Amino acid sequence: MRAVMTWFLRHVQALLGALGRLARNPLASVMTVFAIALALSMPLALKLVVDNLRLATGNFADAVDLTVYLKADVKLEKAQQLTRNARQKREVAEVTLVPADAGLDEFRKHSGFGEALQALEGNPLPHVINVRPTAPASTPAQMEMLKRYFAAWPEVEAVQVDNEWVQRFSNILVLFSRLLALGTVLLALGVVAIIGNTIRLEIQNRRAEIEVTKLVGGSNAFVRRPFLYTGALYGALGACFALGFVSLGVALIAGPANRLALLYGSSFQLRGPSPIDMGILALGALGLGLVGAWLSAGRQLSAIEPRA
Amino acid sequence: MIEFERVYKRYPNGREALIDVNLRIAPGEMVFLTGRSGAGKSSVLKLIALLERPTRGNVTVVGMQTRNLPARKIPAFRQKVGMVFQDHKLLTDRPVFDNVALPLIVTDTPLREIDKRVRAALDQVGLLGKEKLSPLELSVGEQQRVGIARAFVAKPPIVIADEPTGNLDPELAREIMRLFKRFQDVGVTLVIATHDHDLVREFGTRQLVLDNGKLHDAGAPPPPASAAAAVAGAA
Repeated sequence: MRAVMTWFLRHVQALLGALGRLARNPLASVMTVFAIALALSMPLALKLVVDNLRLATGNFADAVDLTVYLKADVKLEKAQQLTRNARQKREVAEVTLVPADAGLDEFRKHSGFGEALQALEGNPLPHVINVRPTAPASTPAQMEMLKRYFAAWPEVEAVQVDNEWVQRFSNILVLFSRLLALGTVLLALGVVAIIGNTIRLEIQNRRAEIEVTKLVGGSNAFVRRPFLYTGALYGALGACFALGFVSLGVALIAGPANRLALLYGSSFQLRGPSPIDMGILALGALGLGLVGAWLSAGRQLSAIEPRA
Repeated sequence: MIEFERVYKRYPNGREALIDVNLRIAPGEMVFLTGRSGAGKSSVLKLIALLERPTRGNVTVVGMQTRNLPARKIPAFRQKVGMVFQDHKLLTDRPVFDNVALPLIVTDTPLREIDKRVRAALDQVGLLGKEKLSPLELSVGEQQRVGIARAFVAKPPIVIADEPTGNLDPELAREIMRLFKRFQDVGVTLVIATHDHDLVREFGTRQLVLDNGKLHDAGAPPPPASAAAAVAGAA
């Protein structure tokens, strides 16, 4: 019990000591923490961009239809029958037939070509079936399948997926995710390097202390302990600052972004970092700090071992 | 307590620091290690403290052979060997108390125990009441006594000292030696490297003379009356 207390006390002391050393050199410490925070906030920001874009396009994709253009010689009765057939399909939520005449009327009203269209003999437009897929069938892959299904009907001239841009976008998001993963790895290495270098300098400054500690029988673990705390502290503080930076950025962007979404008729709301994001960031940064400090201290410690 | 068997030490630069050294130091003995600068005194001390390993031969300290001792066991080994340095190696960024407490802190000694033992050690070297001062505020002699308190505070069976009186005037040097003697009286084995022949003669304990890496005159001169009396008294 007493041993545990002593052990615990030592760790508290090491933590306080690490804090004290950071506070003794405020400018240098703040600069280091800022560098770490910037390196950490970049992947976090990129992740938020990807998450929010996914969220936003998710809303849009739900509203996207397939437009099935029938061949010009298909009669209205046939079109109505095809509409009923389309309704049978499980992936389909809603089917509406836009007969050629109705299409022409609408076109006349909205296009502004009313006068010119008067000159036409007959109706150049085909019957059109609008197909709205169910929500689970709104993924790009499912949409592609539906498109191929309808295009295979002999009466169908062409099928247009109005969400082709969403598909492209979704691929861009996949690309972004890859970049995010790659960037995260690189910036994590950057954080390890920053912390490792800072610890290396600190070890050099405290060389006398390390030497004496080892001479009186301090183990490597004992010598390493304060540096590990310093590294972890740098990581944790860097994570806090990074969250601050990113949250500030989100707050600045949220207003315009939400207004833009409203203009598109979307209920989309810009999302900041979730508690899980924060947890991963904080723990990850702490871990990176430990790794940086461990690597750096290990190298310096092995330089003070006895030779044969 | 300390045994060298056919020990050779060659440094990476090719210098032969020790050549075929054999010696045996009994528990509770106080031994002077003398010889010119570069004769190998420091090498003997470094081999005892496992700051270096022998190139050939065996060094046995407190029953442990240093040659094959794995690195992870070195800290525990060093806790058994207190060290006093000519430049005393005190940490000037912390008070006397923390300097003396260091060997206890690394072994996770409970705080109350540390407090008690540091005060006792400082009392023995005559520095009680100065624990809050920085080593820089002390005189050279006092600094060396802090170094000695640090070497003894964890009650190691062996203490080695490398020119502990090198920077001190004769009166202070004698005072330091008397301190060492007191620790010998409570059973600590002491190896002290020095080139102060007057002191060695005055304290009259066994002398190991090194000359160009070779050990001469490892025999034990008869202990002077005072030391014999002390041993008899302890027995």
